[in-house]
Amino acid sequence: MMKKIMRTIAAAAIASMMAGHSAQAASVGVEAIDIDFSFEGMFGTFDRGQLQRGFLVYKEVCASCHAMSLLRYRNLGEPGGPEFTPEQVKAIAAQYEVQDGPNADGEMFDRPALPRDAFVSPFPNEQAARASNGGAYPLDLSLIAKARQGWTGNLATAYTTALWKGTGGPEYIYSVLVGYADAPNGEEREGLHYNKYFPGHWIAMPSPMTEDGVEYGDGTKATVDQQARDVAAFLMWAAEPKMEERKSLGFKVLIYLFILSVLMYLTKKMIWSRVEH
Amino acid sequence: MSGPSSYNPSNGFTRWIDSRLPLPRLLYDSFVAFPVPRNLNYWYTFGGILSMMLVVQIITGIVLVMHYTPHTDMAFNSVEHIMRDVNYGWLMRYIHANGASMFFIAVYIHMFRGLYYGSYKAPREVLWMIGVLILLVMMATAFMGYVLPWGQMSFWGAKVITSLFSAIPWFGDAIVTWLWGGFSVDNPTLTRFFSLHYLLPFVLVGLVILHVWALHVPGQTNPTGVEVKSGQDTVPFTPYATMKDAFAMVVFLLFFAYFVFYQPNYLGHAINYIEANPLVTPEHIVPEWYFLPFYAILRSITFNIGPLDAKLLGVIAMFASIFILFLLPWLDTSKVRSATYRPVYRQFFWLLIIDCIALGLVGANPPEGTWLLIGQIATFYYFAHFLIIMPLLGLLESPKPLPASISEAVLAKNADKKVASAQPAE
Amino acid sequence: MEEADTSRRDVLYIATAAVGGVGVAMTAWPFIHQMNPDASVRALASIEVDLDPIEEGQSIVVKWRGNPVIIRHRTAAEIEEAKKVDVSQLPDPLSRNQNAEGKPATDVNRVVGGREEYLVMLGVCTHLGCVPIGDAGEYNGWFCPCHGSHYDTSGRIRKGPAPENLPVPKYEYLEEKRIKIG
Repeated sequence: MMKKIMRTIAAAAIASMMAGHSAQAASVGVEAIDIDFSFEGMFGTFDRGQLQRGFLVYKEVCASCHAMSLLRYRNLGEPGGPEFTPEQVKAIAAQYEVQDGPNADGEMFDRPALPRDAFVSPFPNEQAARASNGGAYPLDLSLIAKARQGWTGNLATAYTTALWKGTGGPEYIYSVLVGYADAPNGEEREGLHYNKYFPGHWIAMPSPMTEDGVEYGDGTKATVDQQARDVAAFLMWAAEPKMEERKSLGFKVLIYLFILSVLMYLTKKMIWSRVEH
Repeated sequence: MSGPSSYNPSNGFTRWIDSRLPLPRLLYDSFVAFPVPRNLNYWYTFGGILSMMLVVQIITGIVLVMHYTPHTDMAFNSVEHIMRDVNYGWLMRYIHANGASMFFIAVYIHMFRGLYYGSYKAPREVLWMIGVLILLVMMATAFMGYVLPWGQMSFWGAKVITSLFSAIPWFGDAIVTWLWGGFSVDNPTLTRFFSLHYLLPFVLVGLVILHVWALHVPGQTNPTGVEVKSGQDTVPFTPYATMKDAFAMVVFLLFFAYFVFYQPNYLGHAINYIEANPLVTPEHIVPEWYFLPFYAILRSITFNIGPLDAKLLGVIAMFASIFILFLLPWLDTSKVRSATYRPVYRQFFWLLIIDCIALGLVGANPPEGTWLLIGQIATFYYFAHFLIIMPLLGLLESPKPLPASISEAVLAKNADKKVASAQPAE
Repeated sequence: MEEADTSRRDVLYIATAAVGGVGVAMTAWPFIHQMNPDASVRALASIEVDLDPIEEGQSIVVKWRGNPVIIRHRTAAEIEEAKKVDVSQLPDPLSRNQNAEGKPATDVNRVVGGREEYLVMLGVCTHLGCVPIGDAGEYNGWFCPCHGSHYDTSGRIRKGPAPENLPVPKYEYLEEKRIKIG
């Protein structure tokens, strides 16, 4: 009897949690292409080279329209990320100008950015961004990899896939970036572009990447596919910069709790062996 | 917390304290010598797990407040500041956010355990009603807490749920404006939710103390539903129950830790990583998973009855679905407590669980077509279960014979086991 | 037999309690560490100050790590007065200069690079943290109004309850008249 109850309640708990998840999964969309990113799974870590390449793609391709205002240049050198050297971080920051001040005369002035400064945004505000982009607002990409889901195509597997692979944000980003195509029946819409993976299929952003659009320092061939993978990985790191710290601490915690639970069980059993129950 | 004390101060110091402030005596009588039925199973450990979760939430919450800024301009970024800059800030936030879900998992198991073993029946009505009150305060706390990160779902969840009160005749709009402190969910709303989100957990602590007090008057129920008759039926709380509870807590923490460290965003809404925008409504507004069944009941009422419109009826039905639990001790007419000895009720119990899961699924999906129909049937069953089935079943059902005492049941069960293990498997 | 059982039981109990205790202790660390300066605070550790606008005999106060830093362009007379003092007679004979750690509190050890015209130090009284007032006190330096500590023209404690000289933070000259503090 007890086993039956236990099984049923466990199923109930899981099902209702999944129901919670399906709230997200229910939104209209196409299942993203499943990429085996290096950072998946319990022991997955970011590939430093990939993050550095991804940053390059962001900087050269995305940054002209998309801000990443939650990141600071110093983050690029912190452990668990692209891990640029301190000199590289300073040099990257120094390529941008930030406003500082007021100085002793009460004037605002521009100075080169320092590692502690936030990523410089391409537009001063949302209105300016819209004005330059035909009314569409290029989103801030700081958290985009956590704010999007990939497993929206199949309700039945969405819950379980997400339980192991995360919510599929980077896969969604990759899919949209490689998902530009001619619309079926040759339809065209003013200022919009057809995309196989974008919800509703019509996206304001034109296909941003071209073959060899960037030149990777490590000699990797910059195909559109490669750039999309790299920038998706970079955006995942940007959204979750403490992922590696989280997983490594998590593993220790799980091992510890497992050992403690075994000891607890034996102690409990020994104590209860004195009475019939 | 009640009954004659068996505390015996062991040295001069404890005797000195005890004669001035009998706190050691209170703790000893409540958590050391307190007799618990010897046949409690693991479903009875969730009370302890819930106490642990309350402490976890309060401690991590206090930490988060040290770094959070309750202002519409800064709330979202201050949460990201916690995630990115504060030492172990990500850990605190993920424990707190997932902790809310774990809290509800535990509370729902705890409640269904009470339903199965008839823990609400006399003389434990007050104990049960305090429990329902705890659930209500928990829900209010969780709802207001979800608003604080000021993401899209925070904002629109707050707007939709507070707008429910506009269904109240005559005063509805005034009440909503009062709740918001303005003409939309805005900074005044955020700051008052923050204030109350900080206050209510301490109210919960008070209610939990009352809950435990009310528990320690009649003592725990047990799987047989037969009251404790002699010392033979019980074991002292410490070490027996404490050790069993502690083991269950660690196992629960293992489950909790997987989510915190490996899928910390699984139970949340992706869209809450976009800052609140009062001008753009997300495609789907859904509450956290633990509110989905109630949300489904709210949306299942799509028809007017007489002068009452669907909106008001939906709100009434949703609140009624919780308040009905207050009446449970009187709705159940059966003389037998535990479902173990009520073969028919047991089937309906499982049906209720399936019904609640169905409601959860309905709540997660748009209220159209089949989902709406399922939602309406499930809502009907939910109320029928408590208002029709429970009162009737108590009168009609013929229960199985009860054991004379807990010890007898335990001995019989162990004897069965011995017989079973002595015979070769077929 | 009974004895063996007892000892096995004790080992188990002790092991369980020990492992549990270690876990509780380790869990405390994140809760303590979260109150230490966070990454954004640590990243703001240095500022640059232009000394050119400060006239001789003038002081400015800038904020660094949330504390006031006093920068004084001293007159020749002030420097002279400070140099005359016998270090062995000072209540605090150490320089308290992070750029000259552990050296005696001579005036030249209170500045950087021998540039005695510029005195840079934290405006935080070493007694209980108030901000001393400039051009005041019995030694023509600084005077703390909270509990009456007198500092001289080199920022050294001369009289009153403060135990140490005003601390000089780590700084360096980037240019002739430009310093980086921190």
